[in-house]
Amino acid sequence: MPDIDIVTPLRPASLSRMGRSLTAFFLPHRIIMVLVALFALAMMIRTMDWSWLPAYMPRLWEGLGITMLMLVVSVVLGFILALPLAIAQVVGPLPLRWLALSFCTVIRGTPLLLQMWLFYFGLGSLLGQFPEIRETWAWPYLRQAWPYGLFSLTISFAAYQGEIMRGAFTGVPKGELEAARAFGMSRAKTFRRVWFPRAVHRALPTLGGEIILQLKATPLVATITVTDLYAVITKVRQDTFLTYEPLLFLVAVYLCLSGVLTVLLRWMESRVPDAR
Amino acid sequence: MFDAIDLSLLALDAPGWGGALLKGFLRSVELAVGGYALGIVIGICGALAKLNGGRVIRDLAEVYTMIIRAVPELVLMLLFYYVGTDLANRGMQALGYSGFDIDGLTAGILVIGLVQGGYATEVLRGAIKAIPRGQIEAAQAFGMSPFKVLTRVTLPAMTPHALPGMANLWMIATKDTALLAVIGFSELTLATRQAAAATREYFLFFFAAGALYLTLTLVSNAGLRWFEKRARRGLTAAS
Repeated sequence: MPDIDIVTPLRPASLSRMGRSLTAFFLPHRIIMVLVALFALAMMIRTMDWSWLPAYMPRLWEGLGITMLMLVVSVVLGFILALPLAIAQVVGPLPLRWLALSFCTVIRGTPLLLQMWLFYFGLGSLLGQFPEIRETWAWPYLRQAWPYGLFSLTISFAAYQGEIMRGAFTGVPKGELEAARAFGMSRAKTFRRVWFPRAVHRALPTLGGEIILQLKATPLVATITVTDLYAVITKVRQDTFLTYEPLLFLVAVYLCLSGVLTVLLRWMESRVPDAR
Repeated sequence: MFDAIDLSLLALDAPGWGGALLKGFLRSVELAVGGYALGIVIGICGALAKLNGGRVIRDLAEVYTMIIRAVPELVLMLLFYYVGTDLANRGMQALGYSGFDIDGLTAGILVIGLVQGGYATEVLRGAIKAIPRGQIEAAQAFGMSPFKVLTRVTLPAMTPHALPGMANLWMIATKDTALLAVIGFSELTLATRQAAAATREYFLFFFAAGALYLTLTLVSNAGLRWFEKRARRGLTAAS
């Protein structure tokens, strides 16, 4: 149904567009709302107990670093792992296809917390029982918690992203692949030059949302004693017996993180031409 | 290693932990169903606020969904749990009751519902927007009250558009109940951890719990797919 109410204006120069979107944002009621919010923030800062903040600042930065490290590494590794998962589901031989599909279903059908605890408590204690593993170079790492946290975050991201990539692979128009074949490209070359880049291209818009979701999954690693941002805040709460201040601080930090990530991802998305 | 697994640990009666697991599973389902239902109610209100509300209400709904979507569920749940119980306690003390303790199930449902509501708002808003404007205008032209328009036209007409997103939200709700284990609710994940820690049989219990979650997911998936097919009767595939 054509929407006649909306007239698409010509795009003005970007500077005046920014100015206009700013004036469009600051309507009278919004100015009042922002003032109320600022007042509430000021009251929070004045009336609540923030004396713990300077002492814990170095640890909070460290925790933030671990959170970001967990996010970036699990997203990169998970994405790399998602590609074979998707490809196996689309073109793989039947047993492989079945295997990839059931992997995705199982990971997506059970809570991440349960998986993490299974890997940390179950796998961690199982690995310790083999002297062969205790001898290897990997053991000093496997005794710590973070490999299990990173592993389960990666697996989970791979499963969700694999499902999206599967849809992206099947969504590439048949005509493009047929055109590539008609040019005499081999199947491998068709895949490398057309099918794969087009699928990644189609999956890109959802990637931003998935990364935000992954950021929101990272505090779970605190439950297996990885000292990320959330774990540091938990420590603060235990030390100071404060209920609200640390949690509100945490909410503020995550709001900023999500905001920065969203802007960053949107900028990156705008760099990719979106030819359909 | 695996031949030593003792399946009798999963027995329903006292020495086995199967009963505790099933009880936790039931609790999880209760929490998920309650939280999901509350989330739908909040979502309908939020979607209507975003579409038809005044400027202030619209912006407030926007802030609500923004916060819900930007902050980890675990943190939100902790915050809602403490704020909720604190407010309830203070309210009850103001009314003269003392030593009041909020029921765990209610608190859990509230916490999950508030988180679900933020996502449901977005899903339902999109679904309501997909209804051809003329249908709602026709209902208004018949002299229906706004509430009647909602129950007779808007909600039934948006259902097929909302179902894929809402089905996804149900999956998230069932898995989000596991996060309540961190706060200390005795639902399936926490029961599993207790059973596993007591018997040192981590794999057995975690796999059993995983199977329970997976069964719930697969069964409700099949049910939702059937319901979606039913709700989409008469709609063209492209819409």
